[in-house]
Amino acid sequence: MNCVSVQEADFDPGTETEALTVGRTDVGAVATFVGLVRADKLGGESGGASGEISAMTLEHYPGMTEKSLEAIVAEANTRWQLLGTRVIHRFGRLLPGERIVFVGVASSHRSDAFAACEFIMDYLKTRAPFWKKEDTPEGGRWVDAREADDSAAERWKT
Amino acid sequence: MSIKVLYFASLRETLGYSHETLTLRPTIATLGDLRSHLARRGGVWEALSEGRNVRAAINQEMVGPDVAVNDRDEIAFFPPVTGG
Repeated sequence: MNCVSVQEADFDPGTETEALTVGRTDVGAVATFVGLVRADKLGGESGGASGEISAMTLEHYPGMTEKSLEAIVAEANTRWQLLGTRVIHRFGRLLPGERIVFVGVASSHRSDAFAACEFIMDYLKTRAPFWKKEDTPEGGRWVDAREADDSAAERWKT
Repeated sequence: MSIKVLYFASLRETLGYSHETLTLRPTIATLGDLRSHLARRGGVWEALSEGRNVRAAINQEMVGPDVAVNDRDEIAFFPPVTGG
């Protein structure tokens, strides 16, 4: 089963992981990824202002977000033998330490589960229409896209 | 030809618009034509000029500048995505 959710509410990684295998005996491997809000230094990698990010707001493009995540999951299913996938991405205001994203992949063997989980995250980073805005004492600051994310997605093209 | 145009994130804030409905002349055939047309409004709209790092979608699918724009399309312009 493939299931995609875009929601404001938090999720329970244990419950989501368990749901991928409940009632079945053909799954031999489940790989999961949980992304969290980091309390980064203000100004990101370029430095600058002092202090840490106090919160983050995620904006998205309702409709396209779900469609793009479903397309990424469908692509993963054409590349690997998967028995189930679960993708959850949150939006709205999030605090450091809070969960942002969950990707869970069930397969017969670990290699497909590991690879598909990483692929879904790499593609999500460059294709799903989400934008992060950091709260700073001077006001909101939009996070710049990272070239490293583009190259991470590129490597799956070979 | 009538289309809906959406703007997101930093681009939405720069332009001061989240969406608008446009009636286009037939000379605007592609997404690239539409983007140039909007950038020619000048001022803040130069954020859509060629060379600026802007992505676009037609009917909720990310596409390049050569894709045709059709009547009743939903077009979106936005900065590179930063989710995950």
